[in-house]
Amino acid sequence: MALITRLLLCVLLLWPVLAQAAVDVREFDDPVTEQRYRDLTATLRCPKCQNQAIGDSDSPIAGDMRERVYRQLQAGRSDKEILDFMVNRFGDYVLYNPRLEGRTLLLWGLPAGLALLGALVVVLMVRARRRTSARDLSAEERARLDALIKRERTE
Amino acid sequence: MQTLMIPEIGHYAMIIALLMAAVQAVMPLAGAATRRPLWMAYARPMATGQFLFLAIAYACLTASYLLDDFSVANVANNSNSMLPWYYKASAVWGNHEGSVLLWSLILAAWTFAVSHFSRELPRDMLARVIGVMGLVSVGFLTFVLITSNPFERLLPNVPQDGADLNPLLQDFGLIVHPPMLYMGYVGFSVVFAFAIAALLEGRLDAAWTRWARPWTNIAWAFLTVGIALGSWWAYYELGWGGWWFWDPVENASLLPWLAGTALIHSLAVTEKRGTFKSWTVLLAIFTFSLSLMGTFLVRSGVLTSVHAFANDPARGFFVLMLLGITVGLSLLLFALRAPRVSQRVGFGWLSRDALLLINNILLVIMTVTVLLGTVYPLLLDALNLGKISVGPPYFNALFVPLTVVLCLFMGLGPLARWKDTPARDLFRRSWLAGLAALVLAALAPLLYRGEWNLKVSLGVLVALWIVLPMARDLWAKSRHSAGRLAGLKRLSLAYWGMILGHLGIAVTIIGVTVVSNYAIERNVRLGVGDSVELAGYTFTMTELANRRGPNYLADTAELEVRRGDSQRRFTMTPEKRLYIARGMPMTQVALRPGLFRDLYVAMGENLGDGSWAMRLQYKPFVRWLWLGALLMATGGVLAVADRRYRRRVTARDPERAVVAEPREATT
Amino acid sequence: MKRRLLLLLPLVGFLVLSAFLYMGLSINPFERHSALMARDFPAFELTTLEDPERVVDASLLEGEVTLVNVWGEWCPTCKQEMPQLLDLAERGVRLVGVDYKDTREKGRGFLGEFGNPFEVNIFDPEGSLGFDLGVYGAPETFLVDRDGIIRYHHTGYIKPEDVREKILPEVAKWR
Repeated sequence: MALITRLLLCVLLLWPVLAQAAVDVREFDDPVTEQRYRDLTATLRCPKCQNQAIGDSDSPIAGDMRERVYRQLQAGRSDKEILDFMVNRFGDYVLYNPRLEGRTLLLWGLPAGLALLGALVVVLMVRARRRTSARDLSAEERARLDALIKRERTE
Repeated sequence: MQTLMIPEIGHYAMIIALLMAAVQAVMPLAGAATRRPLWMAYARPMATGQFLFLAIAYACLTASYLLDDFSVANVANNSNSMLPWYYKASAVWGNHEGSVLLWSLILAAWTFAVSHFSRELPRDMLARVIGVMGLVSVGFLTFVLITSNPFERLLPNVPQDGADLNPLLQDFGLIVHPPMLYMGYVGFSVVFAFAIAALLEGRLDAAWTRWARPWTNIAWAFLTVGIALGSWWAYYELGWGGWWFWDPVENASLLPWLAGTALIHSLAVTEKRGTFKSWTVLLAIFTFSLSLMGTFLVRSGVLTSVHAFANDPARGFFVLMLLGITVGLSLLLFALRAPRVSQRVGFGWLSRDALLLINNILLVIMTVTVLLGTVYPLLLDALNLGKISVGPPYFNALFVPLTVVLCLFMGLGPLARWKDTPARDLFRRSWLAGLAALVLAALAPLLYRGEWNLKVSLGVLVALWIVLPMARDLWAKSRHSAGRLAGLKRLSLAYWGMILGHLGIAVTIIGVTVVSNYAIERNVRLGVGDSVELAGYTFTMTELANRRGPNYLADTAELEVRRGDSQRRFTMTPEKRLYIARGMPMTQVALRPGLFRDLYVAMGENLGDGSWAMRLQYKPFVRWLWLGALLMATGGVLAVADRRYRRRVTARDPERAVVAEPREATT
Repeated sequence: MKRRLLLLLPLVGFLVLSAFLYMGLSINPFERHSALMARDFPAFELTTLEDPERVVDASLLEGEVTLVNVWGEWCPTCKQEMPQLLDLAERGVRLVGVDYKDTREKGRGFLGEFGNPFEVNIFDPEGSLGFDLGVYGAPETFLVDRDGIIRYHHTGYIKPEDVREKILPEVAKWR
C-alpha cells in the first residue's frame, strides 16, 4: 500500500531497494518439510531489507538465511531450534512473531485486556440503558407527551 | 523543454492558495463566534478560490512534467523524456513533494464540494466546517511551501534528461491507487470538520451527524477502493503473489479504514437514536487523526528508514507538529466541550443499538491492535529496550479472531431492531440461516477439496452467517402485494447500501480464507520443452527469447498451459526485465486471472544450461478479495444516494429534520 | 468532574504516543546492536587470505584486544573505510580482517591497492564466519577483548570522526 512511498524512500535514500521475489529451486523429501520451510521463511525477517521476510527478498543475506533454514531442516532440526539459531546471530529483530517476554507483555497483553474491558463496557452500558428504557420515556415519547399536554392546555 | 514561467506561476498560485486558506480559516470561524454574517460569508468564495489556485498550481506541475522541464528538480528526479505521457502525468504524485501537493488539492476539492453541496446547512455551521477545513489546509500548504516545494528549480545546471521514474512505479497501479487513497484519507477531514464545528458550536445534537454521514460514506468508499487497488498492485507487481503484508505503510491506510468503518456505524446510531453522541465525535476525530498519523509514519520514515528524516530533518518534525496541533487541540476541545450528561436513551440486549455498540468496541480494539503492533518496535526502541519486529504472525493471530467475533455479531445486526428485539423474534429470524450456514460450512471444504479443514469451515461459516440472515431479511422485507419486484423496489437505497457493504465483507472473507488455505506454489527449474504440473494444470515451456522494450531489455519465456486432458490451451509469457536507465532488474509476472483461480508465473534467475528458475502459483479465489472491497465501496456510495439525504432541510430548523424522519425499518 | 477527567483520556493517550513518535524521529531503525554482544567470538576454522595452508581458529583473537573488520573487494564502502583502518593500525590497534564472500585474487588485489592494516586476514569465501557473526552486509566491525569476547559492534562505514569518538575510547576501555 502507499507502496509508492515506500519504493520512493528506497530509491531516493539509496537504501536497499524493495526487492522483488527471489526464486529458489529446492527439493524436499516430503510436503510437510516443504510447508515448514515456507512458514519459517515467511516468519523470519530479512535483516538487511526494508521490511520483508527472507522468503520474499532476493537480497544476498536473505538467500544465505534461506539456505541455512533449508540445511537445518534437512538435518532434522525443529522449528524452535532453527529460530533460536537465527536469533543467536541476528537478534530478536529477525522474528516477525515476537516472543512473549517482559518487554512484549504490553504488545500481547493490551489487546486481550482491551477485549475484556470492551466486554465489561458492553455489559455495564446495556444494563444501565435497559434500566432507563424500562423506567423512563424516550426523548421522543416525552416530546409527544409534552405536545399532547400543551394541546390539552391551549384547547 | 525548459519553460520560462510555468513553475513560477505554480509556485505563486500555491502561495495565493495558502493566503486564501488562511482567510477561509480565520474569517468564518471568527464570524461564527461573533455572529457576523458578513465574515461568515467569506467561507464559500475563499473555498472556491483556494481550490481554483491549487488546481492551477497542480496543472503547472503536471505541465512541467509533460513538457519535460528538467530545470524543475522534482521533474528531473522523477521523470524522463522517454517516459510515456500517462506515466509523466502520474509521476507527479509518485514522489513526496508532488503527492503532498495532490493531498492539498484534494483537500481543497473536498472543501469546495462541501461548500457547494451543503447549501441547506445553517450558515454558522457551514462557516465553522469550512473554517476548520481551512485550518487543516493552512497546515498542509505551509508544509508544502516550507519543506516540500515541488517547483524548486535546478538552475543554472539543468540536467540533460531526468533520472526516470522507478520502474516498479511505471504501472497502471500508480495511476489509480494514490489518488483513490488520498481521496479517502482527506475525505475524512469533512466529518472531522463537522465534529469540530459541532464542538465549537456547543450544540451536540444529532443534527451534524445527518449532514456528515454522506461525506463520510463517500470518503470511506474511496479509501476502501484505494486500499484494494494497493493490494492488487502489490500482488502482481512484487512477484511473490502476496496481497497483504502488514507493513507499516499498509497499516497506515488500514487504521483510518477501521476507525472509519466504526464511524459510519456510530454515525448511524447517533443520527437515528440520538445516542453515543460524544463517542461519535471522538471517532470522527480519531479517524482523521489516524489519516494524519499515517501520513506522518510514511513521510517521516520513523518506521521504515530514518534517512528520510536525516536528509531533511524539517520534514518529519513538521508533520509531527502538524499532527500534534491538529489532534491535540481537537482532543482538548473534545475534553472541554463534550456533553457532560449523557442522554439516557434506553435499549435492550438484543437491540440494534447494543449490536452496533459491540461493533464499535470491536473495531476500536482492532484499530488499537494494529496501531500497537505498528508502533511497538518504535516504543521499545525509544525506551532503549532493543529492536524487535512485529509482523504478519502477530497481526494474524489477533486480527483473525477479532474479525470472527465481529462477524458473529454482524450477522445479527440487520435482523435486530432499534431499541429492543424480542428474543423469540430474533431467534425465529435467524435459526434457519444459522443452521444452514453451519451445515454448508462443514461441507464446503469436503466438496471443494475432499478433505476437511477447520480454518476453511470457520471462514465459510462466518461469511455465510453474514449473508444468509441478510438474504432471509431481504426476502421478508420484499414481500409486497404487487409482487416481489415491487417489494424490492420499495426498499430504500440506504438498505441496499448496507446489504452490499456486508455482502462485500463476506466475499472478501471467502477470498481470504480460500486463498490462504488452498494456494499452491512451486519453484521449479524449467528449460525449453520441460513440463511441470500444478493444481491440475500442465505448464510446458515452449520458448525462451529476448526482446527490447522502450526503456528496458527483457528475457521472456513462453509457457503453454493446459488443464487436465482438455484440448484447450493458452500461453503465459513472464518476463525478466532490465531497466537501462537505473540498471534495475524487474520481474514481470504472467497472470491468468479468473473468478475462481489465478495462475501466476514469475521468472527467477537464469540457472545456466538453458533453464530458468520459475515460480508457479495457483491462487484460488484471490479475486474475491478485491471484488469484496468493490462491493463494500459500492454499498457506501449507494447509501449516500438515499432519498432522505437529498431532501431539502430548512436551514432554520435542523432539529425538526431529525424528528421528522419517516419511520423506516432500514439502516 | 469524574466524567470530565475521563474525557481527557484520549488527549493523554495521544500525547504519550506523540512523545514516542518524537523520540522515534531521532532513532535509526537500521542501527542495531549485534546479537553477539558480550558473547564469545563464534568458533571457526578457516584458512588465511595470505596463506591457503595456514588454518586459524578463534584462539587467534585471544590475548590482546582486537578489532575484527569484515570486508570484501565487492564492497565500495570498504574502500572508503580503509584510510580510517590504516589510521587505527598506526595508532597501535591490532586489526584482523575477515575477507567476506570474496576470491583470494580479488581480496589480495584489494589490499594491494588500498593498503593492509590487518595483522592477518581470515578468508571466508562462503560467508560462514560472517553468517555466524550476524553480518548482513559489509563493512561491519567487532571489538574483541583479550578473552575473545565481543565487546563492541559497529555497523557500516566508520567515519573519520568515528575513529576518535567511538572506536579508540572502546579500545581503551577494554585494554
